[in-house]
Amino acid sequence: MLTRSFRFLARGKFATTSLQVQSLRCLSTTPIRLGVQEITRPAIDTPLSLWNWTEEENMLRESVRRFAEDVIAPRVSKMDEAEQLDPEVIQGLFDNGLMGIETSAEHGGSECSFTSAIIAVEELARVDPSVAVMCDVHNTLCNTVLRLYGSKEIQDKWLPDLATKKVGSFCLSEPASGSDAFALQTTAKLDKSGDFYTLNGSKMWISNSAEADTFLVFANVDPSKGYKGITCFVMSKDMGVEIAKKEKKLGIKASSTCLLNFDDVKIPKENIVGEIGKGYKIAIEILNEGRIGIAAQMIGLAQGAFDKSLTYAYQRKQFGKPVGEFQGMGFQFADVATEIEAARLLTYNAARLKEEGRPFTKEAAMAKYYASVVAQKASGNAIEWAGGQGFVREVGLEKFWRDSKIGAIYEGTSNIQLETIAKFLRKEYQT
Amino acid sequence: MRPTVPRLVNILVPVKRSIDYAVKIRVASDGKSVDTNVKHSMNPFDEIAVEEAIRLREKKSTKVDNITAISIGPTKAVDTIRTALAMGADTGIHIIVPENTVVEPISVANALKKIIQDKKFDLVIMGKQAIDDDSGSTGGMLAGLLNWSQGSFASKLDINQDGSKIEVTREIDGGLEKIESKLPLIVTTDLRLNEPRYASLPNIMKAKKKKIETFKPEDLGLDFTPRFETISVSEPQKRQGGGKVESVDELVSKMKEAGVI
Repeated sequence: MLTRSFRFLARGKFATTSLQVQSLRCLSTTPIRLGVQEITRPAIDTPLSLWNWTEEENMLRESVRRFAEDVIAPRVSKMDEAEQLDPEVIQGLFDNGLMGIETSAEHGGSECSFTSAIIAVEELARVDPSVAVMCDVHNTLCNTVLRLYGSKEIQDKWLPDLATKKVGSFCLSEPASGSDAFALQTTAKLDKSGDFYTLNGSKMWISNSAEADTFLVFANVDPSKGYKGITCFVMSKDMGVEIAKKEKKLGIKASSTCLLNFDDVKIPKENIVGEIGKGYKIAIEILNEGRIGIAAQMIGLAQGAFDKSLTYAYQRKQFGKPVGEFQGMGFQFADVATEIEAARLLTYNAARLKEEGRPFTKEAAMAKYYASVVAQKASGNAIEWAGGQGFVREVGLEKFWRDSKIGAIYEGTSNIQLETIAKFLRKEYQT
Repeated sequence: MRPTVPRLVNILVPVKRSIDYAVKIRVASDGKSVDTNVKHSMNPFDEIAVEEAIRLREKKSTKVDNITAISIGPTKAVDTIRTALAMGADTGIHIIVPENTVVEPISVANALKKIIQDKKFDLVIMGKQAIDDDSGSTGGMLAGLLNWSQGSFASKLDINQDGSKIEVTREIDGGLEKIESKLPLIVTTDLRLNEPRYASLPNIMKAKKKKIETFKPEDLGLDFTPRFETISVSEPQKRQGGGKVESVDELVSKMKEAGVI
């Protein structure tokens, strides 16, 4: 169990945004659209603002923030330079229940809400977006696929380890199949005996894959059926996952991204998650909610850069006063603070919609798209506000900017998000 | 029913909701208090106390029956109790007072005495001081009121299985002092006793189901009327900017210049 060291000295080092609000349930103010999915949360007469959290959500944010500031923060720069996560940080994520956030207690998880996972990702990203992406992919993609689509046997077998000791990895993209995910070429051929599938192919840009022990792999069992042959398999590393190459990246360098090869890998048919040929559906649905996690990572990143830079800007004196007090700076701060707030509201609104069982695909796409834009702007400006200190690596502001670029790329590029939003608009307006 | 042999230890851990240690303290406009409209959290010394109580149970060499966290404070102090429960305490007691009520150490000690006598606790582990008022007197007062032994400023705590022998190590000028006592006992925690854990997510969820008993001061026949009046609160003098020296020699000459050596 990782413990926390005492930090009286840190007084005033970071101006933290106060997120303490009464522990009321939040409900979105978006009007309920009829004839859609079941609404799991009771509607109430007086809608509340999005700045309302349950008591547990407040405690969770507090706990994750402390973990991030005490355990992760001192290691951020070292992990970035080494392009590797510190095993102690990963262990800390497991110890604090951050790797099974929504997993049931029965399966060794924390049994928290979806919004809790979003809060955790945001708080981790405020300190290190690389750690946040591990937590995000592991929870919102891997755990969720197994929780929603896995049979009881699969859940009993895989979820407890994922919640307590084994990192998960979600393998969809391929060298020739990125945004067009359904063009994937990895094949899974049923063995003559009918008990095994033989997996062949490559997966590219796979997050967490260097540390992972559990892999969710999408492969086509019958290429003649096109995307309707895509099936999701769960497998462990020792079944034959080969890490062919670890990529060197611009940002989130500590998070591993690898090229994986599957060469005649035998997978028992019990390892199919969901139905045969329904892998495409799993991938689409899971990525829809996964995007809210990436949006959370981006707002955390933006806030982290903003906090760090403003603290400095109000300390640094030029022409006899703190540079932050010049109007030209203040207006820029106000501008970015507004955009971060907007992105955060989009993100939490999407999260609450999802939790309420209402449609959220368009809102999730908007949140991810906008949060990635804001993250890049906030972190870029944060560098300029801190001047020379922003540009040197030691301070870590430039890292936020490098890390922000990925937000516009993974789990659906910005163009894909815009395409998704546009599709909804067409449906709404085209007669 | 608490069996007499082997003895099970009932631990009470008082926890205070105080201004968070990372917040910059500002004097309020009335000049008699500080701005309390800021982030609050559990007094760090009390976190050490909660941690120590949980570790006693985890060590298994001590049979701990129950760990109760108690707080005297406004409605919001329930968050502090909930944090203690999320760390691993079993139950909570909340004595609710109106917002901005000043509860002086003697009032806290009297309240704790009442609870301890009603609920039969035999070990109290508490922070040696709260980081807001820095009084550091509640532990001693409580020991005096109850006529119990006290091991103050503990940096190490060892209890044998039946609680008949407790060894408290204290950091004193020039070394360590070890004192031995029997239950019942008041222990106040020093900084180096342990490093408190984080409330993990599963434990936060479990804490939701744990019981918190609430009282009003009147229910317990307590009177929290302050005996002191705060005349004024002021900020410390601004520090004058210093300078950097390049070498030891320069440092020595500067010190001579200043007349300190």
